[in-house]
Amino acid sequence: MTAYTQTSDFLLSLIVRDEPRVLTRVASLIGRRGYNIKSLSVGTTEVPGVSRMTIVVQGDRSIVENAIAQLEKLQDVIKVVDHALEKFVDRELVLVKVRIESSEQRIEVRHIAEDFRARIVDVGRRALMFEVTGDEGKITAFIEQMRPFGIIETMRTGRVALTRGSNADIPSHVYGEGPTQALEPVIN
Amino acid sequence: MKRTGAHALWETLLAHDLTTVFGYPGGAIMPVYDALTAFPDMRHVLVRHEQGAAHMAEGWAKATGEVGVCMATSGPGATNLVTGLADAMLDSVPLLAITGNVARPLIGTDAFQEADITGITLPITKHNYLVKSAAELPGIVAEAIRIARSGRPGPVLVDIPKDVQLEAFGGEIPRPHAKPEPMRPSEAAIEAALEVLRGAKRPVLMVGGGSQHAAAEITEFARAWNLPTITTLMGLGVFPASDELWLGMPGMHGSVAANRAISNADVLVGIGLRFDDRVTGKVSRFAPHAHIVHVDIDAAEISKIVRAHTPVRGDAGVTARRLAQEATRLDNPEWHAKLADWKTRFIRHDHWSAGYAVKAITERLAPDDILSTDVGQHQMLSAQLARFEKPRRWLTSGGLGTMGFGFPAAIGAAMAQPFVRSVVIAGDGGFQMTAQELATLTRYKVPVKIAVINNSFLGMVRQWQELFHERRYSEVYLGGDNPDFVKLAGAYNIHGLRASNEAELPSAIDAWLSHDGPSLLEVVVPNEHGVFPMVPAGAALDEMVETAPQGVAQ
Ligand SMILES: Cc1ncc(C[n+]2csc(CCOP(=O)(O)OP(=O)(O)O)c2C)c(N)n1
Repeated sequence: MTAYTQTSDFLLSLIVRDEPRVLTRVASLIGRRGYNIKSLSVGTTEVPGVSRMTIVVQGDRSIVENAIAQLEKLQDVIKVVDHALEKFVDRELVLVKVRIESSEQRIEVRHIAEDFRARIVDVGRRALMFEVTGDEGKITAFIEQMRPFGIIETMRTGRVALTRGSNADIPSHVYGEGPTQALEPVIN
Repeated sequence: MKRTGAHALWETLLAHDLTTVFGYPGGAIMPVYDALTAFPDMRHVLVRHEQGAAHMAEGWAKATGEVGVCMATSGPGATNLVTGLADAMLDSVPLLAITGNVARPLIGTDAFQEADITGITLPITKHNYLVKSAAELPGIVAEAIRIARSGRPGPVLVDIPKDVQLEAFGGEIPRPHAKPEPMRPSEAAIEAALEVLRGAKRPVLMVGGGSQHAAAEITEFARAWNLPTITTLMGLGVFPASDELWLGMPGMHGSVAANRAISNADVLVGIGLRFDDRVTGKVSRFAPHAHIVHVDIDAAEISKIVRAHTPVRGDAGVTARRLAQEATRLDNPEWHAKLADWKTRFIRHDHWSAGYAVKAITERLAPDDILSTDVGQHQMLSAQLARFEKPRRWLTSGGLGTMGFGFPAAIGAAMAQPFVRSVVIAGDGGFQMTAQELATLTRYKVPVKIAVINNSFLGMVRQWQELFHERRYSEVYLGGDNPDFVKLAGAYNIHGLRASNEAELPSAIDAWLSHDGPSLLEVVVPNEHGVFPMVPAGAALDEMVETAPQGVAQ
């Protein structure tokens, strides 16, 4: 196995216990293999004590696969979902601040924004701020369209993803009262 | 004395039958030591350095298969445990480390003797905890013990702030978690493995440290199928060395038979091992003709380094038994004749050298004796020359290669198995890394037998400098300033003796081993001997150098 051969993006969801350092454990496990986490979003779930992370790791397939197996060994990780194996929906939210030099520009920029269903969230004399959600391609395209006008700054949240269909990645009855009861049957 | 978190800690350890703790006190763990006075059934072993405590706990765990416990105060006490934790992580040793920390309000303020030990040990523990209240303390400790010994065992650290130790506790002590059932492999995986085995012409079985608990099943499996068997450094003793099927140890200092068998096998079954780079040599040329069946309890190990054509996830013992039940005896006289020929190719150590000394010592050991080693040439020589008939008789630092491990590990093993003789072979370099535990020997009258193979060098490093750095012996000579080891033992009131030549050795060994109580034997050997066979780092197993190159001493 040679590292750093064909690298690509891996989109993973991690269902984790809400414990201190869980983020560090996950990040250091991946960092130890010399890979960057390209994007990372974390939030609480419908179950108290359980959080969900979506991470994008760029790496060589065999090593990322081993990292997934290692992640599954972490005590605070309840489950790792490799989105390459299932159909999923992913979204990212971005805030983009665009420079406005003239009223013609203002109109033009607003038109493009409409095409992308971008919402205006702040209006200034010399700038407009947009909020866009969508998959990576849409967001990249939006930013490229705005670039000629002058992008002042952007902030992307990183991708979030959920598997399609009516099943949860972990059915919530497995959690029981809280995450601690949930762990045994799920890990194996 | 009111009942506190500290009491709850001791009660929980007792409830789990963990009644020996290797430790060292200090400010941030004083409430725990104070509460200890209320628990006469607990045995606390006072060491002279926390690293010693960690390795003693490891020795305890390796000799018994049960969880070893070590304890330290915050900051420097806790960081002194780090090497032992890393060692236990790489060798899958079940360990519970308890550390004190500064009081909760001081955490994160750079308080006196504060170290973020859960942060520091994050990558070298199976899991760790910072305890936030006395109420949750017993539950966490019980959980930590469960994690340490379940699946692939490993070290777990529980860090307890001082005010949590002092907090009143009125709760119940949880009952120990049930020992988990050993993991059964899927029938599909067993079927797949059986099919591969049945078609094998040149099979070889390779067993590692993850099989220490499964020696009976492994032996049954190997004999039922007539499988030539290799035991890795960590697996020595899992299969009896006296059995004709045994080929020795593989890898960098492995036997000719083991390494040739791997290079020529058409089927290689690996059980409870992780294909360490010291075992595989150049991975792309490891077992190039073999269909590899890898049995391991840890999914993350399978295909991590060597691709497993047939992965089997399961407990070593359960899996070996299942495979034994379906045995078809594989007889291939040609393969066995070849192996028998390779088995005759070993070094005889017939002149005065470290190998001669190690051979003489190991030949006088009884099958029940526990042999620990430190790290270096004497370790590889011991692994090559000692003959183990049973598991848990060989304690060595394999994964981390920790100098200073051997002597304290032998003390831990001796305390765990008081009716078994505990012997350690160490180098003059490594012994000095934890030699202060001679005081622990004296204090508890532990009858450990210590052999120091004194070659006046950091031998293994010198060997590499000799072979790969044109003999530039950079900072490896110890001879000028080594202590008189016999006098050093004497300073701690420990019996000591010395042998400096072939004539002195046999009677010295006898006097040393039969001494009633701890005893140290210094064996003075020539300086520039090497350990062979050897697979140079980065080379393939079939590029093994069988004997010392011209001009280099054997
Ligand atoms: C803590 C630690 N430091 C350094 C090393 C590197 N090292 C490996 S073997 C060795 C030499 C050991 O010398 P000695 O203890 O005298 O044993 P010998 O090889 O001579 O038998 C050294 C320095 C190590 N393994 N562990």
